[in-house]
This record gives sequence, structure tokens and C-alpha cells, in this order.
Amino acid sequence: MTEFTNFRHNPGLDPAVHVWGWEIPVYLFLGGLVAGLMIIAGVRLMIMRPTARQALVCCTIGPLAGLALLSSGMLALFLDLTNKVNVWRLYLTFEPTSPMSWGSWILLLVYPALLANALTHLPEAIPALAKRVPAFVKISDYILARPRFVVGIGLANIAIGVALGIYTGLLLGTLGARPLWNSAVLGPLFLFSGLSTAAALLHGILVLSTPDNERPEFADFLLSMLTRWSEAKPLDIRIAPTLAQADNSFLTIELALIGLLLIGHLTSTAAHQAAAHLLLNGPYAAVFWVFVIGLGILMPLFLQHLELRHRIRHTIAPSLLVLCGGLVLRFVLVAAGQASHWTTALH
Amino acid sequence: MSPTLSRRRFLKISAATIVAGAAAGRVSSAIAASTAPTGLRRVPTFCDLCFWKCNAIATVRDGRLWKIEGNSNDPLSRGRLCPRGTGGIGASSDPDRLRSPLIRTRERGAEEWKEVTWDEALDYVATRMKKIAVEHGPESMALFAHGIGGTFVKHTLKAYGTPNIAAPSFAQCRGPRDVGFNLTFGEEVGSPERTDIANTDCLVLIGSHLGENMHNTQVQEFAEAVGRGATVIVVDPRFSVAASKAKHYLPIRPGTDLALLLAWMHVIVTEKLYDAGYVAKYGYGFEPFAASLATFTPEWAHPETGIDPETIRATAREMARHRPATLVHPGRHVNWNGDDAQRSRAIALLNALLGSWGRKGGFYAPASMDVPPYAYPPYPKPARPKLDNPDKKYPFATESITTGIRDATLTGQPYPIKGWMVYATNLINALPKQADTIRAIQQLDLLVVVDVIPSEIAGWADVVLPESTYLERHDELNVELFKEPFVALRQPVIDSPHDQKPNWWIAKILAEKLGLGAFYPWHDIEEYLETRLKGANLSLAELKRAGVVRGPRQPIYFDEGVPAEFPTPSGKIEFYSPQLAAAGFDPVPRYTAPEAGPPGAFRLLYGRAPMHSFSRTQSNRLLSDLMDENAVWLNAVAARRLGLKTGDYVQLRNQDGAVSHRVRVKATERIHPDCVYLVHGFGHTARGLRHTFGRGANDAQLITRYKTDPLMGGTAMNVNFVTLEPAEAT
Amino acid sequence: MVIDTRRCVGCMDCVVACKTENSVPEGFCRDWITETVHGEFPTVQLEIRSERCNHCANPPCVDCCPTGASHVHERGGVVLVTPEKCIGCKACLAACPYDARFIHPDGYASKCTFCIHRVEQGLLPACVSVCPTHCMHFGDADDPLSDVSRLLASRPNYTLLPEAGTKPGVYYLT
Ligand SMILES: Nc1nc2c(c(=O)[nH]1)N[C@H]1C(S)=C(S)[C@@H](COP(=O)(O)OP(=O)(O)OC[C@H]3O[C@@H](n4cnc5c(=O)[nH]c(N)nc54)[C@H](O)[C@@H]3O)O[C@H]1N2
Ligand SMILES: Nc1nc2c(c(=O)[nH]1)N[C@H]1C(S)=C(S)[C@@H](COP(=O)(O)OP(=O)(O)OC[C@H]3O[C@@H](n4cnc5c(=O)[nH]c(N)nc54)[C@H](O)[C@@H]3O)O[C@H]1N2
Ligand code: SF4
Ligand code: SF4
Ligand code: SF4
Ligand code: SF4
Ligand code: SF4
Ligand SMILES: [Mo]
Repeated sequence: MTEFTNFRHNPGLDPAVHVWGWEIPVYLFLGGLVAGLMIIAGVRLMIMRPTARQALVCCTIGPLAGLALLSSGMLALFLDLTNKVNVWRLYLTFEPTSPMSWGSWILLLVYPALLANALTHLPEAIPALAKRVPAFVKISDYILARPRFVVGIGLANIAIGVALGIYTGLLLGTLGARPLWNSAVLGPLFLFSGLSTAAALLHGILVLSTPDNERPEFADFLLSMLTRWSEAKPLDIRIAPTLAQADNSFLTIELALIGLLLIGHLTSTAAHQAAAHLLLNGPYAAVFWVFVIGLGILMPLFLQHLELRHRIRHTIAPSLLVLCGGLVLRFVLVAAGQASHWTTALH
Repeated sequence: MSPTLSRRRFLKISAATIVAGAAAGRVSSAIAASTAPTGLRRVPTFCDLCFWKCNAIATVRDGRLWKIEGNSNDPLSRGRLCPRGTGGIGASSDPDRLRSPLIRTRERGAEEWKEVTWDEALDYVATRMKKIAVEHGPESMALFAHGIGGTFVKHTLKAYGTPNIAAPSFAQCRGPRDVGFNLTFGEEVGSPERTDIANTDCLVLIGSHLGENMHNTQVQEFAEAVGRGATVIVVDPRFSVAASKAKHYLPIRPGTDLALLLAWMHVIVTEKLYDAGYVAKYGYGFEPFAASLATFTPEWAHPETGIDPETIRATAREMARHRPATLVHPGRHVNWNGDDAQRSRAIALLNALLGSWGRKGGFYAPASMDVPPYAYPPYPKPARPKLDNPDKKYPFATESITTGIRDATLTGQPYPIKGWMVYATNLINALPKQADTIRAIQQLDLLVVVDVIPSEIAGWADVVLPESTYLERHDELNVELFKEPFVALRQPVIDSPHDQKPNWWIAKILAEKLGLGAFYPWHDIEEYLETRLKGANLSLAELKRAGVVRGPRQPIYFDEGVPAEFPTPSGKIEFYSPQLAAAGFDPVPRYTAPEAGPPGAFRLLYGRAPMHSFSRTQSNRLLSDLMDENAVWLNAVAARRLGLKTGDYVQLRNQDGAVSHRVRVKATERIHPDCVYLVHGFGHTARGLRHTFGRGANDAQLITRYKTDPLMGGTAMNVNFVTLEPAEAT
Repeated sequence: MVIDTRRCVGCMDCVVACKTENSVPEGFCRDWITETVHGEFPTVQLEIRSERCNHCANPPCVDCCPTGASHVHERGGVVLVTPEKCIGCKACLAACPYDARFIHPDGYASKCTFCIHRVEQGLLPACVSVCPTHCMHFGDADDPLSDVSRLLASRPNYTLLPEAGTKPGVYYLT
């Protein structure tokens, strides 16, 4: 029998660590999503004929959404800071050992890269806007006239996207004090989770813009409003299956990485084992198994598999599930990570 | 003393501290008022968070109290205060403090007041006191006062003409011990206790939970003893902090210590391990005493105490091996089972066998400086004797019995008590049987309470007088009786934050309003202090600067030339006590088993937590940050049986149906399955104590019974039993 | 810093001394007590420890800080936070295996400073200088002649969570 009593009672730390609330998981989720959008946008930009003009969900809608999502993510991050007046301090220094410092500089690069990607094909995707602001057309023309520039933008999006995705995982992964996070798998895991959510988001957007008769009613309504405003042409719905396919690959890899993370912990120290058990059969198990694994990965995998084999129509259900799954994954990992502790091994 | 001389002495002090500091490789933080950076002011004074009176230096930064540290020239604290002393500034900054005098507007206990001026309040008190004097005689006014701050209030009440003055420090605290030692050695242990823990080779603690009981010097010396590798033997039903440092831990069944003591003495006497020379030279009545021990074998003690005979023998031999530097600590709060004076006498006798009284590592002979009292006019002689102990019912009581005054208030016998003045004692929580205290209060024409916070007793008062805390006032000098003689000054560090006044001022103005101005020939306290100090060739200026002035070290052991005198009737250590025999008591201690409680109930024990003093510090925010509610300690096996675990809330119900506030369970291997334990002082019921109100359980509420010590009237309080009931975690 | 668990009585004087010396706000603490009980009544062992920032030689809290607010004192050995640089991202709180840091009500990360302001004046840290049991020792563990080195050489000792790889600078004597 061992009794352990800690007479400390610092808010946010006792009886259990909870320094991060909803803001950080939301930020990590949005960051991963944007990373995924960037990579997909970059790849898509590079694999098409550079000068072709097309309305591209991946290269315009995705990056534009990315800009908005990233801004929301950074707002969440900002809200979490307890000493907001000093936030500019992030840009007075570069701390090579600090993922957060890396992240804050990477975030600075994300904006121009995303913007460049979005502008490349903006006139086709949102003609109304282009009509009103002719500069958009000029920029697009300028870029598309220079194939190497297009390739550059594509590569930059891929590279920065990978960095951003890994960084969101590394941010936790380097905090060795919390055994659950204490794994190199977290970087790739968050990267692939980001990719899967990005693919799902784009897939979802495409589903919403499929021909009228196949659309769910409420989506029809929403979409008609949107297209009327933007005078948009139909998006490149042909790549919907590709996205679903890609999503399934990402989800499979994600699943494998989660497995790797847990196996890694289970074969490590008692503290790591205890940390893994928080997810496997501890207080976070229900949410983890149901929302992350079940509804967040297996269910969409299954649905998209059926979609691809044309057993069922493409719907937005898998997208929503993947997006929710990705968000809950961040919530669960942030919460359970804070609950995991080295001293569980001691006492 | 001339200014030059005092200056030289001060320099010597600072030189000594710097040398001491340098020896530790550091510059000392001692008294450096003159060199302090701007904005910092350092003022020496002495602590009042308990009765040890450590000397301290408070630092004021930009006009606000910053911190308080030990005075490195202080023999008591040796420059280090205990947690309560360190947190003492929280007493001054407590937002729940009383701010101005209050007069009751509704029925007693409703805690409804109107704020009045000091003039109104003291007029009110003086008018009613005069009325009591006229109608019933001044003896019908009683004073309860605890601590050095009570000096001047006592003076006023004596001048007024009452002999009925008592403090809980006798019948609720150390009384039985002092009587037990008095009957044996003719002298008391005193406070600070004359225990030479610093030099002991074997320390025996019987329930004295040093380390939780934070009497500073004792704790420091205890840690040194542990560090030196001295043998420590701890007897306690609870695995106290001290027990964790002990070589031998004896998990005794509560209430059976006298059996253990008799068995120890049996072993030491039958195996002839005692200090025969010492006993022969100083002892009286050893033969009948030795004979009386014949049947008290360790085997006899085993079923009583639960301690196996071999452990009893081994520990007895170990004590004898280290004698005379074996110290069987007499304890301090010893009101446990009703046989307390006799148990204390047994402790005294065990020490006598080991020859530790007057010897290094045992009990030293304390010394003090000669500071003559202020020459006041003689007090009027009371027409009636004090009534706390009528007909000397408790023949060996050496001080007034609080509960005796309470009983007289209740019965009106031998004469009525119509007024109480209460200074710095929370009688509601300090006396057993709260119901009796409250009933007695209802008999009164006047209840005046001088306090610093709206305590429980203040809640029942007709008039509440808010005192300045110790950091804001002067007090009587502390002329200490200790290993090394010294005299110390308490002086204000900052001003009182509101309309609070120091006790000397309250006492003086009240005396004047009572027409007793002649008893206060001095104009203010500084004049009084200066006069007293002059009588000792000291100056107030010197004390203001240094805080404490030490006298030359004097011999403190028999070996150093202290005369081995025992002021008992026989002039010797009374192994057999003719005094007790004559009064119809056991002349040698005899054991009676404690009464068992109802089946399934746990004996309720209580004690100290290091960061709190009694019921006075729970609203001190610095200290409540360290512990803001108590928990009920329950044996882990018993807890499993009851389906309780650490952190669960329960209510305690005692044998008479009294129910506590909800309190958390601490299920622990650190306590005997027969008992539960509470830290005293929590579970406040006074609404004005906003921060601490209702937090934790109050042991005093559950002490609805007590057993009176037949020798001296002490109230034994470990005779209550509780069961645990689950409570809602509201 | 070397702390003798055999002498410590868990009185929390070190905690309250730190609170006053460093004006630690109500409800927070930079140092604290833990108690560990082994065994079954009456054969029980109790160990009490006074804990605080370990001023790790390999401090993850410094590594993860994006602004340089968390840093190692120029003369080494002490890990500090510059409130003016701290943005309150709490990465360092999450990075510390000992949960030694907290967010000060004014927004910045705070923790034990080893009372550097006192040490620079030749004084002992407040907690060390107040401890009534003299169970805490402060000095340079790299100096073989120092008090702390001699204690470490002569008595069995351990650090907290060595497996976390932080190389703590606070040692406990058993
Ligand atoms: N149930 C139970 N009863 C006990 C004990 C126990 O452990 N449990 N212990 C017993 C023992 S050993 C003792 S010594 C006594 C102690 O008994 P008390 O001396 O009565 O101790 P407290 O309960 O702290 O009450 C002290 C009161 O003085 C007030 N006070 C504090 N500082 C000042 C000041 O500067 N000026 C004024 N005017 N008032 C001040 C406090 O606010 C508080 O109301 O209790 C005894 N009674
Ligand atoms: N921090 C702090 N220190 C204080 C005080 C304070 O308020 N706070 N008050 C001071 C004062 S005035 C006093 S009187 C002292 C009191 O302190 P002490 O005299 O040291 O202790 P007690 O309060 O008598 O007893 C508490 C211990 O006795 C044990 N005990 C209870 N019943 C029995 C029994 O039947 N047999 C044995 N062997 N042990 C038993 C309990 O388990 C507990 O460990 O503390 C002084 N020091
Ligand atoms: S023992 Fe503690 S509370 Fe008592 S006088 Fe000394 S420092 Fe103050
Ligand atoms: S002050 Fe010393 S004895 Fe008290 S808890 Fe702190 S380290 Fe332990
Ligand atoms: S104990 Fe924590 S806060 Fe202190 S240096 Fe080590 S990691 Fe940093
Ligand atoms: S909370 Fe402050 S000190 Fe801690 S990592 Fe963030 S910026 Fe650095
Ligand atoms: S060294 Fe100073 S800051 Fe650190 S715990 Fe001790 S008193 Fe507090
Ligand atoms: Mo007491």
C-alpha cells in the first residue's frame, strides 16, 4: 500500500494538469487541416497542365478556406495566451529548440503560399469577384504565364504544408513531461490526420456541388445561394473519387500511426503504458474508441469504400465524420496528454 | 545603563551575527536597520501566533508589511520562525478582521451589531461593570485571558477587585503535567519547557507530536537530535511525523499510556537499570514505590496497550542505556483521559529513575533576567475567595480552572458570576462541552470580548472590542525563563489599519472609566516599559533596536553547580507521595483502563497541524493557503470496511448525537483502528469568518463530554466517540 | 539544493516563507510538500519532501519556450522566466514533468527562482533560511568543497523523476 499526498494546489495544475482547454485542440485541428489543404493544393497545382484555366476546388476554394481556417486557428491560439500584450515577442526571436517558435514563423509563410495558390486560378472559381476586382485576373494571368512560378508555388505549398502538419504534432510530441505525447509518431500522425481532414473537406465541398438532382435538398439551397452570388462554374467534380480515394489512404495511414503510437507506449515504461491505457481503457477510452476510431476513421473508411465501388452515392457524411474525428482526436490527445504523468509510474 | 554601553553591546550583537553568518558562508540577514535599502524598514518584535514568543524581525517595504523572519540573536527561534510565525503578517492583513468596536443589537449569538466609538463602547462596559460591582460585588466579574497580551487587562480587573481570572492553558492544556511534576519534583516544567532536547541521546515522546506541534525551539532541537542519530521512541496511536523519525514506534491503544509507563518502570526497577546513586541521593519513598510496581510486568501491560512485551523491555533498556541523557518528554496538551495528572506523575517518576531531572540531555534548570515588576499600588483585597475550585475540591490545582468559573456561572454557587471579560481566548472552541459555555453566557449581564477577528466567542458578546494585532502594538516585556536568560520587546511595526486599539490602551482607558486611574500612573506604554527596563539597567532604545537583549548564560545543570533542590514537602523527589496519600489519592500511580466507547464507534483524538494555531489562524490567508480545511484520519482498513476512501465527505456523529460539519476522509495507514483524528481549530461557525466558515469539522463541537482530573480539575477530552456518516459533497 | 528528508517535518514553513518573500499571490505556491506513506499500520514509513522547480540542467521548459522568456541564468544553474517576454502560451507548464510552474494572475509563467535576488546578495533562498529543521542546503554541487557536495558524497540521495531526462538540480537525502 502506498499513499501519496501532494499538498500543492496551483490552479491549472492540481489536482490534474489542465493548462490547455479547447483553444489548443481547435488550433491544432485547424492547423492540421490547413496543412492538408496546402499539400493537396500544391500537389494538384503541380500535376495539372500549368497554363490550363480551370475552376479548381483544390487550388482555389481549398486555399481560400485555408486562409480563413488558419486565421480562426490563430485566433484560438491567441485567445489561449494569458499574456496577450506580449504576443509580438514571438517575432523578436527565433528559438530553434521550440516548436512554437518554429510554428509562429511557419505560420508567417503559410499566408503568402496559400494566397498565391488561391490567386492562381481564382478568376475561374469565383468569376464574380474577378469581375469586380480586375487585379485578380491580372495576377492570375501573370502567374499562369510563368510555369516555373506555378511549380514554385506548388512546391512551396507542399513543403510548408508538411512543415505545418508535422509541427502541430511536434508541438505536443516534444513536451516530454507528458508521456502520452512523448512519441515521434505524433508529427506524422497529425500530418496524416490533417491530410485526411483536408481531403474530406474538399470532398465534401465537391459533393455539395454535384449536379442538382443528386444533391441533398438543404445543400441544394445553400449552394444555389452561393453560386448565384459568385456566378461560379461547376467545380472539377471529376476528382471527387480521387479525393475519396486519397482520404481513405490517409485514414488508413492515420489508423496505422495511432496503432504505432499506442504500441510504442505499451512496450515502453510504466508511465507510457499508463498513458496508453488512458485511451485504451481509461477515462478517455469511450470518446477515443467511439469518436476517433469508430466514427472518425472506420466508419468513413467504410462509407467511402462503398462510394468508390459505386454501391452508394457520394454524400457529405464521410466528410463530416472525418472532420469531427480529426477534431476529437486533437481534443482527446490534448486532454489525455495533460492527464498522463510520469509520477503515475512512481506511485 | 549608559548609551555608550548599550551601543557597544549592540555592536557586539551585530558582530556576532555577522560572524555566525560568515561561518555559514553567507552574510546574515539580521538587524540592519541602518544599512537597509531605501523603502525597507526592519523592526524587531516578538511573535504572537502562539505562546512560545519567538523573537522576530518584520520588514516593511514601501509602507506595507512584507515579511517577518526570525531574529538571529534570539535563543528561542535562532533566527528561524515556525510556519505560523512566518505567516504572521497574514494576521494583520486578514480582510475579515474586526474593524471597530461593536455593541450587540439583537439576542446573544445572533452576530448582529452596531458600530460604536471606543468611548461609547468602553462607557458601556464601565457602566455595567460598576453595576455588577454594586449589585453583586466585583468578584462576580470574571476574566478569561490567554497569553502575554492579557497582562494589562488582568491588571485592570485585579484593580477592579476580582480574583476570578483563568486561562485555558491550565485545565485544558498543561495543568495535569505541571501538577504531576510538581508533586514529584516540587517544580513545574514551565513554558518554554525546560527540556534539553538539544543534548539528549534518547528522546521519548508520548503523544507529543513535535513537528506538528511546532513549538519552535523544541522542533529545531528535535530535528538536530534526529540528525545526530539520537534514539527516538514515539508512543502514539497515530503514526505522527515524529513517529516517522523514530527508531521505535509504539502504536499504543489510546488512553493506556499509564500501563506502558508502569511496565517500563517495572523493567527498569526489576532489572536495576535505574540511576541508583541519583535515586538514593535525591529520592524519597523509593522502596514502597518499587514494591508497587511488582505486578506491572510488560506481560500485564500487553493486553492493555497492545504493545508487545519484548518491545516494552527493549525500549525500557534503551532508555536506561542512555541515561541520564534520556528525556521522557512530559508533553504539553495532556488532558486526555482523566488520569492525566497521575500519568504525568508517572512520566516524572520515569525521568527520576533515569536521573534526567537537572541533568544534561534531560531537564535543565531555567534562568531568567531580573527585570523588576512595575511598582503599582496594591490591589484591593477581594471580599470573597476565587470560586473556580470551591473547598479545594481539586486539592492540587495550582492555577484557576476555567471550567470551574463556568460551572459557578451556571449554578450561581458559591456566589453568582454576572460578567465575563474575555481576552484572546475563543472559549467556545477551547472549553469542552460548548453547550455549557453557551448556557453560562446566557446567565450573564455582561460579556465583553477583546479579539482581533469575529471569532465564535465574539459572536456571543454584548460588546466586542477590536484589538490591534501583535504587529501593530506594544505589549508587556517578555522576561523569559529559559536556557539562556533574555528580555524581549514587542513593538508596533505598522499602524493598525482601522479603528483597532492595543490592549494596554483598552485596559488603561477602561480603568480610568472605572475610576481606577490611580492604577495607571504611566501615561503611555513606552513610559511603562522604560521604567521597567531601567530597573534592570536596560533601556527601551536598546530593545527597540535589538528586539532582544540576552543576559549572561548561567549554570543550568546540577553538574554545573545548580543546587539540586526539590521544593516538595520532603525536599526530595517524591517517588511515594505522602501529599497524595493524605488527600486520599494513590500515592504511587495506579492504572485504570479507559472506558470503552459504544460498539463500532471510534475514539475521537485531535491535535495540531504545523501551520495553524488552535482556532485562531484559519482565517489568516497565508496560512489557510497551506491548509484550508481539516480531514478526519481514519485507519485504511476501517475505511475499506466502511466503504470510504480518501476525499469522501462524511459527517461525524458522537455518542450524544452531536453532528459535525461535513469533512473529508483521510483513509490512512497512519492511525490505529480504534480512533480517528482531527486537526483542532477548523469547522468555524462564526459567520464573520467568511473565508473559513464551515470548512472542515470542529472537534470542539464533538467534545460534549469530558472527564475531570480528580487531582487538579483538568478536563480530559479524549473520551468522546464518533461514527462516520456519508455526507453530500455540496 | 539538497534536502534532507530525514529531518523534514513537512511543516510548510518553506512554502509560506517563499510566499511572503516573493509575494506569491494567494492561492498559488512556488514550493510545496508531498508525503509518501508505505506499509501497513503500524509498520509504516513516511517520507516528506519539500518540492519546487528542480532547476534542471536539461530544462524542457526552456527548450520549448518560443520567446526566450524561459532561460537559464547567465551564470548557469538557475532557470528563470522574464515576465516581460512571456506570452503565456503555457508550453513550459506542459513541458515541466514536475508541474513546477504556474500562470501568475498577471498572465506570465512563474515558478521558483532559487531566490536569485537573495543569492546575489549573499543570502540563502528564503525557504532554506527559514527551515526550522535545517533540512535544506543550498550551494554549488559542482564545487567539491561545498556543503552540498559533501552531503551528496556522504549520504544516499536521489532526484525526482530522473527517467524524464531533465537532470534535476534538487537532491533528496534519504
Ligand atoms: N477541542 C479542543 N479544545 C482545546 C484544545 C484542542 O486541541 N481541542 N486545545 C487546548 C489547548 S492545549 C489550549 S492551549 C487552548 C487554547 O485556547 P485559546 O487560547 O482560546 O485558543 P484559540 O482557540 O486560538 O482562541 C484564541 C482567540 O484569541 C484571538 N486572538 C488572536 N490573537 C489575538 C490578539 O492579538 N488579541 C486578542 N485580543 N485576541 C486575539 C483569536 O482570534 C481567538 O478568538 O485550547 C484548549 N482547548
Ligand atoms: N502548530 C502548532 N503547534 C502548537 C500549537 C498549535 O496550536 N499549533 N499549540 C501549542 C500548545 S498550547 C500545545 S498545548 C501543544 C500541544 O501539542 P502536544 O502536547 O504535542 O500534543 P497533543 O495535542 O497533546 O496531542 C496530540 C498527539 O497526541 C496523540 N494522542 C492522542 N491520544 C493519545 C493517547 O492516548 N496516547 C498517546 N500516547 N498519544 C495520544 C495524538 O495522536 C497526537 O499525535 O502544541 C503547541 N504547539
Ligand atoms: S513557535 Fe511559531 S508561532 Fe509560536 S512564537 Fe514561535 S514562531 Fe511564533
Ligand atoms: S520548512 Fe523545512 S521542515 Fe518544514 S516542510 Fe519545509 S523543508 Fe520540511
Ligand atoms: S523543474 Fe520544470 S520548470 Fe524547473 S527547470 Fe525543470 S523542467 Fe523547468
Ligand atoms: S508561457 Fe511564457 S515562459 Fe512559458 S513557454 Fe510560453 S512564453 Fe515561454
Ligand atoms: S528558492 Fe526562493 S523561490 Fe524557490 S522555493 Fe525557495 S523561497 Fe521560493
Ligand atoms: Mo496548550
